[in-house]
Amino acid sequence: MAMAFIWTGMVVLSLVCAILTGNEAALAAATLEGAKAAVTLCISMAGILCLWMGVMEIMKRAGLADKIARLLHPLLRRLFPDFAKDKDVMNTIAANVSANLLGLGNAATPLGLEAARKMSRKTPGVAGDSLCMLVVCNTASIQLIPTTVAGVRMAAGSATPFDILPAVWIASLISVTVGITAAKILSKVWRN
Amino acid sequence: MDLVFALLVPVIIASVALYGICHRVDVYDALICGAGGGLEILLRILPALVGLLTAVYMLRASGALELAAGAFAPLLDTLGIPPETVGLMLVRPISGSAALGTGAELINTYGPDSYIGRCAAVMLGSTETTFYTIAVYFGAAGIQKSRYAVPAALCADIAGFMAAAFAVRLFF
Repeated sequence: MAMAFIWTGMVVLSLVCAILTGNEAALAAATLEGAKAAVTLCISMAGILCLWMGVMEIMKRAGLADKIARLLHPLLRRLFPDFAKDKDVMNTIAANVSANLLGLGNAATPLGLEAARKMSRKTPGVAGDSLCMLVVCNTASIQLIPTTVAGVRMAAGSATPFDILPAVWIASLISVTVGITAAKILSKVWRN
Repeated sequence: MDLVFALLVPVIIASVALYGICHRVDVYDALICGAGGGLEILLRILPALVGLLTAVYMLRASGALELAAGAFAPLLDTLGIPPETVGLMLVRPISGSAALGTGAELINTYGPDSYIGRCAAVMLGSTETTFYTIAVYFGAAGIQKSRYAVPAALCADIAGFMAAAFAVRLFF
């Protein structure tokens, strides 16, 4: 429902702004151009998106996700101390994070939700420190290859759509670190 | 360095294929199945993109985006973020497809290899749909008291936006 208000807000605001600034003709043309641009965008990014989804599927079937999950265990034990001894929960979290890393959002979400359900049994109705940490880790995008964005860049005519990878990795790393630090600090000062 | 970037994608594809073969995976079948999944994603985002790109184009044509960018420019300048990305930052935590539409519009307008185009791409790649994710996770776990999850996640988002602009300046 939130999107309904945002979308209506955008459209009404445009209309009001266009009348105030005298851009009525441009606004009328824009309504048609926008819809057309959406279809053009989807078609021109289809190839690269499908190709990378295929490569990700190979990684998944070759057991690369499991391998990453094993590598992550020492780090995850520290992030989720309440559940460090709970093998079942730790394995689910590791699978969730490694699916996120590979950009398998469809696989990551159900795993994350399963981990969240298991965690919430300890403190029903209230988000414990570890559950807050899990949510922060999932809201900070940690993705090795941002396929969709590369598709958009390719569609816009970039010769090297993947040259942003190092910048994306650094930005993600900073974002995740700040999120985890904020969660750790807030867990100490937050009342109830 | 240019050669590394140029070869990055072919090297990743070739190594993944070899790794898969060595682990007795039917690499070609996996590739085709995965690619089919890509089509499903496209079908799912196309209707949302039609709605949102229409609204974004209208906002741009009406001059509203320039007004918002102007209002936020001093603040964003001190944070080192290009003010043109203000619309993207406002929708990013709320809707993934709206952010993709707004970002794609920036990338197309300013060019994929421009500073603003790259900033938009890195912002899209390094942040998530925060409010949606929180709603889904806490909904599934039956959580009423979310405590500090929202402020902590928003800290990560703001840091991600600043870091995106910083990283683009660092590499290009």
